[in-house]
Amino acid sequence: MTQAGEPELHEVSAVEHHRKGPLYAPRVRIHPKRVRGAFRRLKWWIMAVTLAIYYVTPWLRWDRGPHVSDQAVLVDLANRRFFFFFIEIWPHEFYYVAGLLIMAGIGLFLVTSTVGRAWCGYACPQTVWVDLFLVIERFFEGDRNARVRLDAAPWSANKLRRRGAKHAVWLLIAVSTGGAWIFYFADAPRLAVDLVRGEAPGIAYATIAVLTATTYVLGGLLREQVCIYMCPWPRIQGAMLDENSLTVSYNDWRGEPRGRHLRRNREDDGPRGDCVDCNACVAVCPMGIDIRDGQQFECITCALCIDACNGVMERIGRPGGLISYATLSDYNANMALARGPDGEIDPGRTRAPDGGLADGVRRFSWRIVLRPRTLGYAGVWCAIGIVMLGLLATRDRLELHVVHDRNPLFVRLSDGSIRNGYTIKVLNMQTEPREVTLTIEGLPGARLRLAGATGEPSPSLTFSAAPDALKTAKVYVHLSRADLPGSHSGFHFLAEARDDGEVAAREAVFESPRRDSG
Amino acid sequence: MSEQETTGHEWDGIRELNTPLPRWWLWTFYLTILWGIGYCIAYPAIPLVTGNTAGLLGYSSRAELEQTMAMVADERREIIERIASSDLATIRGDEELAQFAIAGGAAAFRVHCSQCHGSGAVGSVGYPNLNDDDWIWGGSLEEIHQTISAGVRDEANDDSRFSEMPAFGADGILEAADIRDVTAHLLALGGREPVTGDANFGSEIYAEQCEVCHGEGGEGMRDLGAPALADAIWLYGSDPDSIMAQVRQPSHGVMPAWGARLGDTVVKQLTLYVHSLGGGE
Repeated sequence: MTQAGEPELHEVSAVEHHRKGPLYAPRVRIHPKRVRGAFRRLKWWIMAVTLAIYYVTPWLRWDRGPHVSDQAVLVDLANRRFFFFFIEIWPHEFYYVAGLLIMAGIGLFLVTSTVGRAWCGYACPQTVWVDLFLVIERFFEGDRNARVRLDAAPWSANKLRRRGAKHAVWLLIAVSTGGAWIFYFADAPRLAVDLVRGEAPGIAYATIAVLTATTYVLGGLLREQVCIYMCPWPRIQGAMLDENSLTVSYNDWRGEPRGRHLRRNREDDGPRGDCVDCNACVAVCPMGIDIRDGQQFECITCALCIDACNGVMERIGRPGGLISYATLSDYNANMALARGPDGEIDPGRTRAPDGGLADGVRRFSWRIVLRPRTLGYAGVWCAIGIVMLGLLATRDRLELHVVHDRNPLFVRLSDGSIRNGYTIKVLNMQTEPREVTLTIEGLPGARLRLAGATGEPSPSLTFSAAPDALKTAKVYVHLSRADLPGSHSGFHFLAEARDDGEVAAREAVFESPRRDSG
Repeated sequence: MSEQETTGHEWDGIRELNTPLPRWWLWTFYLTILWGIGYCIAYPAIPLVTGNTAGLLGYSSRAELEQTMAMVADERREIIERIASSDLATIRGDEELAQFAIAGGAAAFRVHCSQCHGSGAVGSVGYPNLNDDDWIWGGSLEEIHQTISAGVRDEANDDSRFSEMPAFGADGILEAADIRDVTAHLLALGGREPVTGDANFGSEIYAEQCEVCHGEGGEGMRDLGAPALADAIWLYGSDPDSIMAQVRQPSHGVMPAWGARLGDTVVKQLTLYVHSLGGGE
């Protein structure tokens, strides 16, 4: 076993490295080794928080009164409503969602231009679930070496037991992943009961089945293949990253020339870099790459190689950060510093006499985050957010729509008056029932009558609008012969809610025959 | 890149690198081919000279349509039975029944009635507008039902609405000058200038010849299908010439009896629809 002060050496080579051979390559299985460190801890926390948000959200309640659902987050497809805590969105307000999507897109640009593929490495569901699945795999099959051995071993009761248990738990996670998804689309407690009793709608079971399959296949079986071959995001990184974006980088300028058998080499062959070629960075990589080959599109910047390498550096008494988050411009400056006159990397040039790094070495500074590009993204992101908040705060909760009858455009009544028919739609977007008064503005003498109602037309109509619902009514507008304005006359319908005085207006047209045809 | 293997293809110095596709992707491709073959066997797929292969599952979109139609008919059966067994006032009072009947009536109207009355039921010269509040034979649910069911002047139906106005001019009952005077009286009744003749003479003739059916003030008489003459609605035209032509030799509209053809349930739905157009009483 490894003694203190001497790193463990791994016999491993990068899977995604110098592939040669036929047109179709069989997949080489990756067995990421367990790692400890600051980034691993951060990733555990992010995993816990994101999974908690995913599973808990549908069960949160939010009181909206007796007339509508009390589920805090609900995508009610059947009734075409979206609830998000204190916000309720009707289908015609879907532009809020479009705005959120634009914000998400710009947020992704902002994050990528600043800290590179942080989304891929920390928050992407694929990464989170693969991490979770790896925990299970490690629990049943052991760490990297044990898994490699188990892979190579012939089938036995032991192998069958370990593999079976692993896949069973994976499936369990997959089912609960799909199971949690459907609760966003219906009242969660009731759906849960129906689900267990077998009384839930077929689409619920189908959704669970599909998401179970995708979770199990993508998170358990395909893993890194999803990021490399299926996801479009890695392919457009080039447009998002610039020389000031942070990426996980191997710092050749202090690592090269690399060499094993640290102690002996240091004495024998002149200057040696800090990299002891232990391959710990390769062994822990979930994507199967060797970060020392430079930037690769397979790299999801999960930073686990940083943790692994820092552990090794600590053990051999060198400063951490041989693999680190670095910008291309810092990296290039340090490379220029490290190259001797012959163009070869001389680690002595970046090394201080006390064993630390020389003063001229450029290190990460938070100031790099505040540059015009990121400020621009942040500005646009905030602007959209502020505009959306403003719209949200001032939006209408009562709306009126009017459709004029097309056939007939008007009807002459026996007393010579003219009648026009309109279909009125009142959207009461409040969660309380409201009394709404309908009046007419800009058409003197006009009187209203509800279709099917008996009695004389009157200047205004009052009806009740159910909470959170669309009220449709057919109304007639009567105009006596003396009041006829012309063949085509514009006016406004006004709907006023009695309780809070909110008014919705809508333009309409009154059609009548030309006077001479009278 | 120089270390990477090429496929051996080269065009003008550009070499094609060999980046192997993962094998599982190849399998996925084969799987889609297998799926395609299976689909062609299971479903109608390959065109033949006079038809096509039927597929093992025996699926056909026509059969699916028939199923859907049967399903819809099944779903409607109950509510149609309720309409059949309810009287018109009950149907109108029940929101669900009324909504269904009016929608069904609108569909039937477009098929059977729109040819004469127009798709918006506005009618034209000789064909009454059903949207207004002027009814020749009555605008209550029962009266409309009776009119649709038995028709108007339908010789083949004993219950048909029937009335005939004498041809005052053609049969020599009135002279041309008398007709002009009567027309002048009718114009005056409607509040218009009596431009055609002497309304005072006309009113005397009206009292002798017309009042029996059309009423003293021209209010009409629905039992006889005698239209109101003092209002703004004229079935055969409101200008003096049209009125005089109608007095001289009247046109009489005919509507077939629909009760036997469509069945009472459809006639009930038509009644509800016509009644809902805005003039129902």
